[in-house]
Amino acid sequence: MSALHATVERDDHYNFAYLDESTKRMLRRALLKAVAIPGYQVPFGSREMPLPYGWGTGGIQVTAAIIGQDDVLKVIDQGSDDTTNAINIRRFFGRVTGVATTEATPDATIVQTRHRIPETPLREGQVMVYQVPIPEPLRWLEPSETETRTMHALAEYGGMHVKLYEDIAQHGHIATTYDYPVIVNDRYMMRPSPIPKFDNPKLDGNPALMLFGAGREKRVYAVPPYTRVKSLDFDDHPFTVETWTECCDLCGSRESYLDEIILDDAGTRRFVCSDTEYCNHRQAQQRNDKATA
Amino acid sequence: MYVAVKGGERAILNSYRMLDAYRRGDRAVPELSLDQIREQMPLAVSRVMAEGSLYDPQLASLALKQAAGDVIEAVFLLRAYRTTLSRYGYTQPIDTGAMRLQRRISSTFKDVPGGQILGPTYDYTQRLLDFTLEAQREADALPAGGDALDSAMPRVTDLLAHDELIDAEPVPDGDPEPFDLTRQPLDFPASRAARLQNLARADEGFLLSMGYSTQRGYGNTHPFAAEIRYGTLEVEMHIEELGFSVTVGEIEITECQMVSQFAGNADTGPKFTRGYGLTFGYGERKAMSMALVDRALKAKDLGERADSPANDHEFVLYHSDNVEASGFVQHLKLPHYVDFQANLELLRRLRADGAALQPTPQAAPTALIDEAVSQ
Repeated sequence: MSALHATVERDDHYNFAYLDESTKRMLRRALLKAVAIPGYQVPFGSREMPLPYGWGTGGIQVTAAIIGQDDVLKVIDQGSDDTTNAINIRRFFGRVTGVATTEATPDATIVQTRHRIPETPLREGQVMVYQVPIPEPLRWLEPSETETRTMHALAEYGGMHVKLYEDIAQHGHIATTYDYPVIVNDRYMMRPSPIPKFDNPKLDGNPALMLFGAGREKRVYAVPPYTRVKSLDFDDHPFTVETWTECCDLCGSRESYLDEIILDDAGTRRFVCSDTEYCNHRQAQQRNDKATA
Repeated sequence: MYVAVKGGERAILNSYRMLDAYRRGDRAVPELSLDQIREQMPLAVSRVMAEGSLYDPQLASLALKQAAGDVIEAVFLLRAYRTTLSRYGYTQPIDTGAMRLQRRISSTFKDVPGGQILGPTYDYTQRLLDFTLEAQREADALPAGGDALDSAMPRVTDLLAHDELIDAEPVPDGDPEPFDLTRQPLDFPASRAARLQNLARADEGFLLSMGYSTQRGYGNTHPFAAEIRYGTLEVEMHIEELGFSVTVGEIEITECQMVSQFAGNADTGPKFTRGYGLTFGYGERKAMSMALVDRALKAKDLGERADSPANDHEFVLYHSDNVEASGFVQHLKLPHYVDFQANLELLRRLRADGAALQPTPQAAPTALIDEAVSQ
């Protein structure tokens, strides 16, 4: 299952990883700046990619800038390797780089993702590349980019606390469930991309490098390894994550993020792991254990 | 067994085949050639080149064919291809005053040096469906020779500039290398060059609506179409090794200059200000709309009330690009079930909390009012 394979044949009409070398250099410079100032949104000269804006062009450009011949790429969307968009992006990189791809999180050197962080813990040397639709955490509070850049410069984040407080006053809970704002390295407020807040704790002190790319909005930002990432909360309303009373129907996991599958129109449903590779791995292990026993 | 939206690779490959068949249509009907598209749908080709920011009628025709006539998809194809092209340098600035004109009209002067030339225009066609075209009527050949146009066709705004009645817009000191929107991120305040590049690539429909909104009262600038001109001109490039400029090609362009009243301020007396529009190919509606929006974006600098949507730089420039907009709107087709699940979980928790706080008899009236209000 963890066998490495080239998805599609390399198309020599295009430069390695599609972008020309000077564009990659521009991107790498932006990424270095992003790593140097954790959580800060660095503007970059985003290119027109052959995939639509909003479908991962930022993540694709970041991956294109950092990928090398020896890298092993994993692409997930909603935690799964076999959703159509993940397949399409994996095929794109297969076509323009010919690098090996994998579904196994531990085997990957680069994991490009939309909306999830894998359940299997990441290690040093791995890079997570996040596809970001809207990079600005303050956008729903203030539509103007000029204003929000000033707010970041002044670390003027009170408005977000007020919004979260209003949620608690109105609903008794903070009503933000994904793309939950965090403070990186005690300085910049950052959107972690629309991962469920369930995944937020994985960002804190993670040994892997986290790179975020927003193609349409032309911004990159980063969380370097072992950086403090704090989800916003209050002393009397600490940050909590989603919980389920059910466990995964396939592998029995009680620790993973679950997708709800509706089975009929009478309200019958089951829950399965959103991280399909993690789930498959656990099932294979359980079969092995049974066989040896 | 559980079947989520996990079609996989086979589904994608099948969709390619079905799309190909859809695009081709009935195979009994002869296939469109790129020559036919380029020669017989020149306005579509113009729009794809303008919004695709790449002057290449052949590739624009290919994009239109591949996109099955969807102009925005064709623009997207052309732009993605453009990313892969090497950049050799910048051409010399074009001089639209020296264009070989097909059309030139001014609505501010009854007659102008060189005259008014209608050229090929739909303006005064009576919009009656021409059924003889359905019957494959051939277009009449133009008479050979025809009346030669005046060689001197000065731009109307240059005539106004001569009397210092209009803002001069000189080249900035040192003629700096232009901002390049396709290589640098937009930042604010955006320079005029960045704004004009953004508008030149902008969606025609978006500019049309924004321009129209200024006419209906959302930031009126009382514009006049000083001049609209459409024709061809040669593009020159300075070759370092040769030490002189050579012509690298000929392009078709449409230019529109609008002039608007301006009451003047502390620094300057009353004068006309301009709004500028330029497109590849023949794109009069786009050029006019662009000129209106360009002028609206100047309002703040001129100290005018700048509180309408068309005056808002961020609003206009961030939302004008149809490839960006189309991608982001349509990304809603992608699976969002992880985030939806998070919302579902919260909603269930809020409802469970609500049920736990069943209203006591005394509290009931308020609860009923709340319910009534929320419906």
